Amino acid sequence: MNWEVGSGLNIGVILLTVIIVAAMLIWVERRLLSLWQERLGPNRVGPFGLLQVVADMIKIFTKEDWVPPFADKFSFVLAPAIIMVAILLSFAVVPFAPGVGVIDSNIGVLFVLAMASIGAYSVMLAGLSSDNKYALLGSLRAAAQMISYEVFMGVSLLGVVALSGSFNLREIVLAQADGWYVIPQFVGFIIFLIAGIAESHRLPFDIPEAEQEICAGYHTEYSGMKFGMFFVGEYLGLVLISSLITVLFFGGWMGPEFLPPIIWFVIKSSLFIAFFILLRAAIPRPRYDQLMSYGWLFLLPLSLLNLLVTGAIILST
Amino acid sequence: MLKLIQDTLTSQIQTLWLVFKHAFVKADTVQYPEEAPYMSPRWRGRIILSRDPDGEERCVACNLCACACPVDCIALQKAEDDDGRWYPEFFRINFSRCIMCGFCEEACPTNAIQLTPDFEMAEYVRQDMVWEKEDLLINGTGKYHDYNFYRVAGKSIKGKDKGEALNEAGPVNVRSLLP
Repeated sequence: MNWEVGSGLNIGVILLTVIIVAAMLIWVERRLLSLWQERLGPNRVGPFGLLQVVADMIKIFTKEDWVPPFADKFSFVLAPAIIMVAILLSFAVVPFAPGVGVIDSNIGVLFVLAMASIGAYSVMLAGLSSDNKYALLGSLRAAAQMISYEVFMGVSLLGVVALSGSFNLREIVLAQADGWYVIPQFVGFIIFLIAGIAESHRLPFDIPEAEQEICAGYHTEYSGMKFGMFFVGEYLGLVLISSLITVLFFGGWMGPEFLPPIIWFVIKSSLFIAFFILLRAAIPRPRYDQLMSYGWLFLLPLSLLNLLVTGAIILST
Repeated sequence: MLKLIQDTLTSQIQTLWLVFKHAFVKADTVQYPEEAPYMSPRWRGRIILSRDPDGEERCVACNLCACACPVDCIALQKAEDDDGRWYPEFFRINFSRCIMCGFCEEACPTNAIQLTPDFEMAEYVRQDMVWEKEDLLINGTGKYHDYNFYRVAGKSIKGKDKGEALNEAGPVNVRSLLP
């Protein structure tokens, strides 16, 4: 087996690592939340409670895998698979380090956005096929939120694309050798961050699954491993957004020489994952209409303005 | 508009910072089985039957605790020994019903039934939650160290007749006309 981009070993290691990291985030999130809430969190199963993930997995695998009799069986089963597949496919274009990655696509940025759009189908199908009012409300919200936040997610990335002159994520990282894009594209970074949270519907933008209002939103009717796939899919989305921010704005694997590139990538991504969890610990959920008007009336003009200014500066130099 | 954006941004960042600072505060959690939490002496926990300073049972089987009990978890039967002292023949508390309200302790005229700070009463078999008199009786006096009901009460028992209790005047001869 050779170790280069796209080799079988590479693909297998990335797939396994990404899924294991996403599962471990269940434990990481609970420990970090409790750290910020002056609690201890799960610390009983194994050292530091690390085996909590294993215990959760055993529990979720042994649960009854129930399909409600009133549900549309095919799409009900299909929906959780879509979100897992769409997000795992997005990882294909993420350049983790020199020589580590699944594919060097010259449309990497577009591919990620396309996969995010397919992810929206997952929540829509889940809500529709469940035949449950809470699930329907949740998927309505999810669809509206994901589609509208995708718009300026894409627009905010165009500044980076314009600066680097490429849609290839690996080339975008290489173009940041002189300086990370977070400095010239700070506004784009903030918009991408907010859109990324909304896209992976994490708190504070977890309106599609707002527990207090609509049970669990689109996955109200799901149980067992199908629920587990939504659950892990959400954490996969978190990992994806964090690694995309690292790649697009924080120079990917770039860093001082004393650590290998992959370690720099992991450190940067972990910081963003921790930041997302801090957001969950600190900021309350906005109202649904606030979210939509904030997106369309503030973030969209801002991202367009950002693109305009970036373009003008590139043209003038 | 600008002021609104500024206020919103600063308040969000301030929130994040305030929450982040809690990372450096010691956790409030008490790791229970390893670390025993402090229980107040007045905690209403496991019920005991205490003895008087002479080592005799304090309970006189008056049934007031069973009457006061809102969930009817106390059952007892009165008996009398050769000295004329009353005692419960059996005394049974069903702890799977008991709500630890402490009404029995308030009702008890002889300070016999008392609640303690012990709360670790989980059992694997439901029948084990029913405690008999031998399980409930302790060897000490509980919260009241020198109280002895028969020494202060007017009830006559063997070795202590009417009027011989502490601070008790002798019985009045109602047939005498003398003042």
